[in-house]
Order: sequence, then structure tokens, then C-alpha cells
Amino acid sequence: MTGQEIVFALLGVVAVGSGVLVVTTRQIVHAALWLVVSFGALAGGYLVLTAEFVAWVQVLIYVGAVVVLLLFGIMLTRAPIGAAELDSGNRWAALAVAAGTAAVLVTVVVLGFRGVSAPPKAGGGSAEELGAAVFRTWVLPFEVLSVLLLAALVGAIVLSRSDIGPPEPGHEADRDVHRDGEEDR
Amino acid sequence: MHLLYPAVVSALLFSVGVYGVLARRNAILVLMAVELMLNAVNLNLVAFDVFWRDRLHGGQVLTLFTIVIAAAEVGLGLAIVLLVYRNRQMIDVDRLRDLAEDRAPGKALDPPGEATPDWVAEGAS
Repeated sequence: MTGQEIVFALLGVVAVGSGVLVVTTRQIVHAALWLVVSFGALAGGYLVLTAEFVAWVQVLIYVGAVVVLLLFGIMLTRAPIGAAELDSGNRWAALAVAAGTAAVLVTVVVLGFRGVSAPPKAGGGSAEELGAAVFRTWVLPFEVLSVLLLAALVGAIVLSRSDIGPPEPGHEADRDVHRDGEEDR
Repeated sequence: MHLLYPAVVSALLFSVGVYGVLARRNAILVLMAVELMLNAVNLNLVAFDVFWRDRLHGGQVLTLFTIVIAAAEVGLGLAIVLLVYRNRQMIDVDRLRDLAEDRAPGKALDPPGEATPDWVAEGAS
């Protein structure tokens, strides 16, 4: 077991352990904060795997943006801050399905890749290499992805605006009453 | 480096995400579990890209694309969750049963004694 493998195994234990805490903790804000730990450990794992650019993108987008967005969602939906019952009634069925998935996947992976190893070569995931790959080989998917991001942006704006949408004849009065009630709250 | 370590970590992380999606009732916690599953896939992509020494870096570039798609997905998902919250005043996925097939009165999941919300009455009328 090389030093690299030891570091990666420790980071993997941290990532999976905090992932388990994300899905089992009874405080919803703690779940978001454990998600930060899990994503950070995964970014460390990417660094060990010499994928340094992906590691920094992971830190910037997941830890920086996605978790903050999730925290905004928690606050805006007035979720119960503090201990609350967050698990649904089918927890044991979910546990059985997850255990089955883990057993099948780990068995297949261990049987398939037992004894396969390769020492990673440094510099394979630098920003220079990845930039060249994105803008030479993968430039069409890159452009398609920018259109997708624009569509998602427009969709999110359309979804979160309440003053647009098809006019509903006959329901105008109801909606006005409803809106007044919301302002009172 | 042995390829088994990232593959096993990825498999375990994916099943943790599966558990979270199935067991949580808060919609935002379900979104968090989906993010865990996406991260497991990303780890697999990076590990195999490094293992194959891909000249085109297909795995790592696909990981970047997956991260971008995950960001778009969580943005849209949160917009939908906020819309549901605005209409229903709750984001409990167990109680969002408008599209369920079995609408038999005996099978309602609402706990007894709870007042019927306004939107149920509106939808029934």
C-alpha cells in the first residue's frame, strides 16, 4: 500500500462517512454542512488522482455555489431549524435497496478490477492540458453546454416569477385574495 | 495506485445517495442526495480517465460538464421546490401525492386529525 493509496483511502472514508451523515442527520442545516465536508474530501481525492483542475472546479462550484444555493433553499422554505423528523416512512425499504445496490456494485467492481493498478502520472490534469482538450476536441459539447446553461437560467427565472403565466379567466379574484393573505403572513 | 480504491469509494457514495433519495422526505435533502450520486459518478470518471491515460482527457472533461449540469439541475430543482413551497406551504415529498395513482380514501397518507389544506379543497371542487 503506497502513501498515495493511504491518503486516498482516508479521504474516501471521510467522504463516505460525511455522506452517510448527510442522509441521516436530523438537523437540516447540518446536512448541508456535512455535504461541504464530503465534497471537500472528494476534491482532495481528485488531487491525489492528479486531476487538479477538476479538484479546484469542484471546490469552486460545489462547495462555493451549490451548497450555498441549497442553504438558500433551506432558509427560503422555512425548514425546521433544529432537530426534526426528516426521514420518510419507507426508511427500511430504502436501507434495503441501498444495501443491495452497495453489495452489487462493490462485488462487481472488486471482481472486475482486482489487481489492476497504474501509477498516476503528474500533470495529466493541469489546467493547460484540460483547456487544450476542451477547446480542441470537445468544443462542440462545450458550446452546447453553454446553451443548456442559458436555458436553465431562463427556466429558473420563469419558474420563480409569480407575475407571469397564462391568464386564468375567473380565477383572478381568487388569486388576488390569496396574494393579500400571503402578505399578511 | 490501485484502481479499486476510487471505484469502491464511488460505489459506496452512490449507494449512500440512493438511500438518501429514497429515505428523506424533505425535497431539499433529496436534492442533496442526488448531488452525492452525481459526485460518485464524477469520481469514477476521473479515476478511469487517470487510469487509461486518456490523451483527449474525455473523462475529466466529461466531469467538468457533469459539474456544470449538476449546477443547472440544482438551480432548476430549487426553483421548482420554491414554487411548490409557495403553493403548498410545505415541501414534504411524501405528501405531494397529486399525481399518485391510488386515490382510494383509505390509503391517504395524511395523518389523521390534520386539517385539510386549502389547495386540496380547491382541487376537489
